[in-house]
Amino acid sequence: MTPRKDLLDIASLTDEEIAFVLDNAVPFKDLFKRSVKKVPTLKGQTMLTLFYEPSTRTRSSFEVAASRLSADVTHFDIESSSVVKGESVLDTVETLEAMRVDYIVVRHKQSGTPNLIAKNTRASVINAGDGWHAHPTQALLDAFTLREIHKDLRGCRALIVGDIQHSRVARSTSLIFRRLGMNVAYLAPGSMMPREVPQEIPQFGNWRDAFDWKPDVIYLLRVQSERLDEPFFPTAAEYHKNYGLTNERVEILRERGLHLMHPGPVNRGVEITDTGMNYEKCLINQQVENGIAVRMSVLYWLRPGAVE
Amino acid sequence: MPDNDRTLLTKAQMAEGVAALAKSICAANQGAESIALVGIFTRGVPLAQRIAAAIMKLGGMKVHFGTIDITQYRDDLNTFQMVAKLEGSDIDFDLDDINVVLCDEVIFTGRSVRAALDELLNFGRPKRVQLAVLVDRCGREFPVQPDFSALKVTLAPGERVAVRFEEVDGQDACTVQTQASTR
Repeated sequence: MTPRKDLLDIASLTDEEIAFVLDNAVPFKDLFKRSVKKVPTLKGQTMLTLFYEPSTRTRSSFEVAASRLSADVTHFDIESSSVVKGESVLDTVETLEAMRVDYIVVRHKQSGTPNLIAKNTRASVINAGDGWHAHPTQALLDAFTLREIHKDLRGCRALIVGDIQHSRVARSTSLIFRRLGMNVAYLAPGSMMPREVPQEIPQFGNWRDAFDWKPDVIYLLRVQSERLDEPFFPTAAEYHKNYGLTNERVEILRERGLHLMHPGPVNRGVEITDTGMNYEKCLINQQVENGIAVRMSVLYWLRPGAVE
Repeated sequence: MPDNDRTLLTKAQMAEGVAALAKSICAANQGAESIALVGIFTRGVPLAQRIAAAIMKLGGMKVHFGTIDITQYRDDLNTFQMVAKLEGSDIDFDLDDINVVLCDEVIFTGRSVRAALDELLNFGRPKRVQLAVLVDRCGREFPVQPDFSALKVTLAPGERVAVRFEEVDGQDACTVQTQASTR
């Protein structure tokens, strides 16, 4: 497979590239069972995380992935850097360029920032989430996780539940699911449903109709707590009652043998309950573990300085 | 076979080579309860499988079989134009304190074997590691020598040993290709 310089979104990947990244993640995951969980692939290279938005798991997942590939890992601390003194993104990139880092993992609240950075550096840029736009490694790890359960994803039905309008996870994950031949449907309150949804994606306003669609997997989105209580948004209790995975709904999942996914971190009592977290077909922990394998596979594939 | 390829070993000679390797490996590991044949991807794998089958036929010791993918251990990984699909190593037995025979179809510079040793040792601490190859081509760049080889040759620069196995390539053949035919 020809290497690429950057991974900015799912839309720009070919089917072959998606398959290549997912296939290579399998031997990377096998590595985790060994006592030495490390390969020398990126020895002597540096990966830097540049997070303008807070992140718990994505950043540490990238850091663990890079460490297992023997890369040196460093974090650009926005809080205590000149960014707070007004340095522009491109000035920061120029600084990083001078440091000769090889991979930059970036998260920014503004859609398109990773693309802007990618154009201005020799380093490989990986989008770890930009605004409402994309979160490609999340999508890849979601696809990888489901592929471990259904070898052929064609025809598999995923119901994505929650704040779809403001979710880059929903965007990237529904895109990859559909690229792999799955059917996707949305369940959301009207205020969280995007205005323009592709015709092939059914939209539901309540669980009963959504369950009638016969999904194989339920994908809960994280409710961004800062959005709750905004006008047009439900309260946490309302959200849970109408759109959350209540204990009764967990029972329906169990009866039907449906799998459950969530990108994390979860708001217990809002989109999911303790019972849901303990549900035997809840894949959240697999998603976390697979995230490392998939990110290793992405780092292995990308090549700093590669001509696009 | 392109016109300018010349045969190093016929199909029958390859089979004899494998049988001879199996015999020498058995003799060198006499008294061992078990032995592990570990093939280096791609063509070390069918070689290891064949040697393992021959040793089992001879009887006398338990034979383990494993594979090693050295892609990520190569010292020239960054210079490749393409990114290789990973096979992954598969060693599903306990490596500690057993005799391991690494198998590759050809040894030339010794760099692949160096890489394979690095990967192998991530799985455990073998009692002893030996190396079996079908063809020992002189021209080492690393201080690594095979313990068992079916054929030893010295070739001119620009020549290349090409071993094909039915399992991978659809036919058994061992030839020397000149640069023109290797493209």
